[in-house]
Amino acid sequence: MGIELKRPDLSIIADWIRPGSRVLDLGCGDGTLLAWLAETKQASGYGIEIDDDDITECIRNGINVIHMDLNEGLSEFDDDSFDYVVLSLTLQAMRRPDRILREMMRVGTEGIVTFPNFGHWRARVQLALAGRMPVTRSLPNEWYDTPNIHLCTIRDFEDLCRMSRLRVLERRAVDHVHKSGLGLRLFPNLLGEIALYRFRKK
Amino acid sequence: MPETIPADSVGLVTPGTLHFDEPLQLSSGGVIKDYDLIYETYGELSAQRDNAILVCHALSSNHHAAGYHSPDDRKPGWWENCVGPGKPIDTDKFHVVCCNNLGGCSGSTGPASINPETGKPYGPDFPIVTVRDWVESQARLSDALGIERWAAVVGGSLGGMQVLQWSIDYPERLRHAVIIAAAPRLTAQNIAFNEVARQAIRTDPDFHDGRYYDFNTEPARGLRIARMLGHITYLSDDIMREKFGRDLRDGRIDFDFDVEFQVESYLRYQADTFVGGFDANTYLLMTKVLDYFDPAAPYDNDLAKALSRARADFFVVSFTSDWRFAPARSREIVKAVHDNDLNVSYAEIKATHGHDAFLMRIPHYMEVFDAYMKRVAGG
Repeated sequence: MGIELKRPDLSIIADWIRPGSRVLDLGCGDGTLLAWLAETKQASGYGIEIDDDDITECIRNGINVIHMDLNEGLSEFDDDSFDYVVLSLTLQAMRRPDRILREMMRVGTEGIVTFPNFGHWRARVQLALAGRMPVTRSLPNEWYDTPNIHLCTIRDFEDLCRMSRLRVLERRAVDHVHKSGLGLRLFPNLLGEIALYRFRKK
Repeated sequence: MPETIPADSVGLVTPGTLHFDEPLQLSSGGVIKDYDLIYETYGELSAQRDNAILVCHALSSNHHAAGYHSPDDRKPGWWENCVGPGKPIDTDKFHVVCCNNLGGCSGSTGPASINPETGKPYGPDFPIVTVRDWVESQARLSDALGIERWAAVVGGSLGGMQVLQWSIDYPERLRHAVIIAAAPRLTAQNIAFNEVARQAIRTDPDFHDGRYYDFNTEPARGLRIARMLGHITYLSDDIMREKFGRDLRDGRIDFDFDVEFQVESYLRYQADTFVGGFDANTYLLMTKVLDYFDPAAPYDNDLAKALSRARADFFVVSFTSDWRFAPARSREIVKAVHDNDLNVSYAEIKATHGHDAFLMRIPHYMEVFDAYMKRVAGG
């Protein structure tokens, strides 16, 4: 079929997922990740989406998509029904990020979360020197008109993981071209634009 | 009919009728010894016979899903918006079959048909049928038409319930189940509405215990009220406000009981056009079919268990303002399907039209329906 993973964070996620897994993709967009996983890893599962156009695209792409508002939780999914629950670049738009993490751990064995890192130096500089809410490549919206209502830094997220009793299995911080060199490994919270985590319950 | 047939209509159609003389054992314990089913087809059946779509109709509709019976017809079939060349159920790609269900009053055997044992209309002696019985009769129709496996079985409302039953009773005989504005069973509120409708008909002095045919009359007043009540519940508060508001027909209040508000005029018109074309006993029967539908009941009320033999891919659609078969009811179906690890997609369409939305040309609805049916056509 020749599906392309245009968003490089998705290709990192795809690398993390074992072949033949059952995956629940929260905020699946047009279903690219699930289509890719189905084709290259024989993975199956469902995408959750709330945007009408994305739902149409998923159906067009042959993806199982379920129209649902993640803010209402995942109550219609039973405990431990997926190998992976993925939440890519959506955490910061949730009303209660802590609750969705708890729900992810209830229905899945492992969770994968990616989010724009608010601790990136550009954000810090804008806030510290200009005294303004940052507008960056990974956070392009003005503060008054943004879906991103719960921004956090890599440190903040790791605090939440600890409080939620999650064990981080893998962490990656990448820049805007999604490369992670030595600098990013040494100073992820300063140089990372996107943070990627794979975790499970302790 | 419009002066010229629109390019996206199937145009003039002629129904066919098949007679079945193998007795049909009913869920109620009763038997229908022999019966007719009237049906329509649109589009060509492929040589591999793999492009057939069964459309199941709702409470008050019939086999006439699309096109026109004669150039004098004012209105096309009930699902003209969705069935035709280039439409979601694309008759350039699919061979579409729709039959009037058993107990109906549009040509299939029902309460108004002659009971061969008495030479008179069945009336109240016509046995109460269920969605299961319908599916059984539709399976026999499939055999008679030489369709081993449907590419999809599709239906809205009570039609969607038939689709669900198909996926349980004949898992190997459908590739896709398309369930629109339906529910896995009725709520108490829904049954209550049906009971009011039945009481309206049964307490009409012209009902004569269902033998009104013998008196050359019909319980028209009761049927009218039943239909008016139904119509209110198929719409939403919003759409009624939008369509009628408190508009007055003659621009003033007359302080009497004639039609004053536009909404009254609309309801009376709907009732008038319904009566005369629909048999009251069929209406009673259809509401019972709805009330009794509960495929999970034999499986400890566990719908997921009921669907454990299902093999189809599912597409479920609901409408935000549908309070008669609310989105939450569709999600019960979705949950039961994904609990069985089957393929399912679900779309909740923003619409103000209430339950009737499934008959309307709503852009996002048409888009997802079309996208899904293209998937069905793709194999």
